[in-house]
Amino acid sequence: MENPESIPLNNYVGFDSITSQINRKLVRRGFQFNVMVVGPSGSGKSTLVNTLFSAHLMNSKGRVDIQTPYRQTTEINVTSHVVQENRVQLQLNLIDTPGYGDQINNDKCWEPIIKYIRDQHSSYLRRELNSHREKRLQDTRVHCCLFFIRPTGHSLRPIDIAVLKRLTEIVNVVPVIAKSDSLTLEERAAFKQQIREEITKHDINLYPYDSDDIDDEELNLNAAVRNLIPFAVVGSEKEIVVDGKHIRGRQNRWGIVNVDDENHCEFIYLRNFLMRTHLQDLIETTSVYHYERFRSKQLSTLKEQSSMASRMASPSPNFPDHFHPSATIAN
Amino acid sequence: MRTAKKTSKKGVPFNLLVVGDAGLGRSAFVNTLCEKPLIKKDNTHFDPSMAASMSPVEIVPYQTDIVLEDGFRISLTVLDTPHFNEAIDNENNFDIILQYLESQYDNVLEEETRIKRNAKFSDERVHALIYFISPTGHGLRELDIELMKRLAPRVNVIPVIAKADSLTAEELKETKKMILDDIAYYHIPVYNFPYDEEEDEEALVSLSKSLRSKMPFAIVSSDRLVEIGGNTIRGRVYPWGVVDVDNPSHSDFLALRSAIFSTHLEDLQSITNNQLYESYRTEKLSASHLAMDSSYNDLSSGNQQDQVLREDRLRAIELSVQREIEEKRRQLLAREEALRALEEKIAASTAAMANTSVSTPPSTENSASQS
Repeated sequence: MENPESIPLNNYVGFDSITSQINRKLVRRGFQFNVMVVGPSGSGKSTLVNTLFSAHLMNSKGRVDIQTPYRQTTEINVTSHVVQENRVQLQLNLIDTPGYGDQINNDKCWEPIIKYIRDQHSSYLRRELNSHREKRLQDTRVHCCLFFIRPTGHSLRPIDIAVLKRLTEIVNVVPVIAKSDSLTLEERAAFKQQIREEITKHDINLYPYDSDDIDDEELNLNAAVRNLIPFAVVGSEKEIVVDGKHIRGRQNRWGIVNVDDENHCEFIYLRNFLMRTHLQDLIETTSVYHYERFRSKQLSTLKEQSSMASRMASPSPNFPDHFHPSATIAN
Repeated sequence: MRTAKKTSKKGVPFNLLVVGDAGLGRSAFVNTLCEKPLIKKDNTHFDPSMAASMSPVEIVPYQTDIVLEDGFRISLTVLDTPHFNEAIDNENNFDIILQYLESQYDNVLEEETRIKRNAKFSDERVHALIYFISPTGHGLRELDIELMKRLAPRVNVIPVIAKADSLTAEELKETKKMILDDIAYYHIPVYNFPYDEEEDEEALVSLSKSLRSKMPFAIVSSDRLVEIGGNTIRGRVYPWGVVDVDNPSHSDFLALRSAIFSTHLEDLQSITNNQLYESYRTEKLSASHLAMDSSYNDLSSGNQQDQVLREDRLRAIELSVQREIEEKRRQLLAREEALRALEEKIAASTAAMANTSVSTPPSTENSASQS
C-alpha cells in the first residue's frame, strides 16, 4: 500500500501539540525500567549500578566475612526503587544474580536466570490474555541485561559464550568490562577486539538491533555503540577532591581514576547509551521484539494443543500415533 | 639466611608451580621473576573459535637458569597451569595437579628403593606453589579454599593477590585481612615463613616475621620497560599514573622474589624433601601395609572363625596385662604410703628430741597396713 500523499493544510490546526499531550500523560504515569546484572562475585555489578544511577540502590551480595556461607546456586534478588529527575519518575527493578559463576562446577548456573526472564514474559502474557485485565499491565519484563566480563585481558571464557548465547535469545544484552582500571589502554583495546571477534564467531546477537523502521541518525548511533561494545568501565560511589573539584573515582597509590573522564574509562559512553539515547528503545524492544517472540511461540503451541485436543475429542481413523497431548505450555 | 653456598656450575635445582585463573598474570609474573620472556604470550591473540573449548588444566614446564646478585645460581623449573578453572565444570582441576605432585614423590620413592640407583635421576618434587588469588574484594572463593586445602599437604602453598594494582591501598588492606581470616577459619596450612626464636639467627627471625606480616603478597608484574622522569623502570602505564613493579609501596613483588630465591629457598626445599615427602611416604607405605594385612587375613581359610578366635585371644591377653599393671600400681601406692608414714614418724621424733622442755605424747604409729 503506498503512503497517501501529504495534503497541505490551509490553516494551522494544532494537532502537532499531541506530542506534548502524550508527554504530559507519560510524565504523570512514570516509567518502568527493569535491569538485570549477571556476573561472578566481585565483578563490580552493584558498584556499577550505583554509579549509573548516581545513588546507592544496590547492595553488594558478595561475602563480607568468613561467617557468610558460599552460595550453592544462582539466586535471583530483586530490589525496587523509585527515582525522580525533574518531573520524570522512574520505577526501577534491579535484578541481581548472586551465586552465578561462583561455584567450582558452574554447569547450568544460568538456568535460574533464564527461568526468571521467561517467567516475566509468561506472567505478562497470562495477564494480557485475561478477559478482565488491568488497564495498565505492570511490567516486570527485563528490559536490559548487563553482562559482566572479567578484565582478564585474554578472551571470553567458555561459560561466557554459553550464557551469552542463551541470554541474547530472550533479552537485550549489553556486555561490560567492569574494574577495567586493571588494564592498560593497550591491553584494553586488544581485549575488546578479541571479544568482538569471538562474539561474531559464535553468532551472538547483541543489542542494539537494526530494524527496517529506524532512521539514519539512529542507524549511525547504533553503529557507534557497536564499536564501543563491550564497554570498559570503572565504577565508584566515592567522591574525591581534585583541584578543588569533586569527582567520582578511585584513589590509587599512583594516581586517581576519574570515572567520568572518557580518557580513563568508557563509563560516560555506557551511561549515555543506557540512559540518554537508548532507554526508551530498550523498553520498547523488549516488548516489541523479545516479548513478541515469546508470545508467538507460546500462542502457536497453545493453538497446536487445542487443535490436537479437538481432534482427540472426535477421533478420525487417520489419527496419527505420534501426537502426545502436553498439559503444560512448553518452555 | 643461607648457611652454605653451593657453587656448582649447574645451579641449585628449584621447582616452582604457578597456579591461577587465566588472565591473572601468571605468565607476566614468571617473566618478571626470571627477568626474561620465559613464557611467551603469542601476541595475546587467541583463536576466537577456541573460546568455547573446555580443555582441563595442563601442567607445562619451562626451564631457565637464574643468577642472583650475589652470584648464587638456581636451575629453575617453572610449571605453568594453563586452562586452570577455565571450563564450566572444574572439579577435576584439583586431582590433575595433585596427581602431578604425588607422582614426583612416587618417583623419588621408587628411586630410593632401587638396588641400582639411577645416577641421572632428576628430583622434580615441587618446592613451592604460588597460588594467584583474584582481587575481587570479597576474599577467597570456594575454589580457592578447596584448592589450597587439597594441595597444602603435598606442597608449600604461597598465596598471592594477583593484579594488585586494581585495588586501592585501603581495599588491599581489607582484602589481605579477609584472606588471612579465611585461611585461619578453614585451617589452610599455607607456607608462613616459619622461624624458631631460640634457634635461628636474629636477622632471619625478623625477616620471617616481616614476610609473614606481608602475607598474602600483593603482586603487580611487568616485563615491559617504561621511561618515567628520566628513569627506566619495569612498570605499567595508565592514563592516571604509572605503577612501578619494583617499588615496595606499589607491589610486594621484590619481597616475594627475595624470599623464594634467596632467604627461604633452602627452607622451602627442606620442608618439601623432609616433612612433606616423609608424610607422603608414611601415608603411602602404611596404606600399602594395611592393604597387605587385609589381604593376608583373607588368605587364611576359615577366615571368619579364625579372626574371632584371634580377637578373643588378644582380648584375654589385654585383660591379664591390665590386671598385672593394676596389681603393680597398688603395690607401689602402698609402699609410698608406708614411706610417708615413716617420714612423719621420724620428723615427729626429731621434733620431740629438739623440744626437751615440752613433753609430747608419743606419736601413735600409723600402722601402714599392707593390704
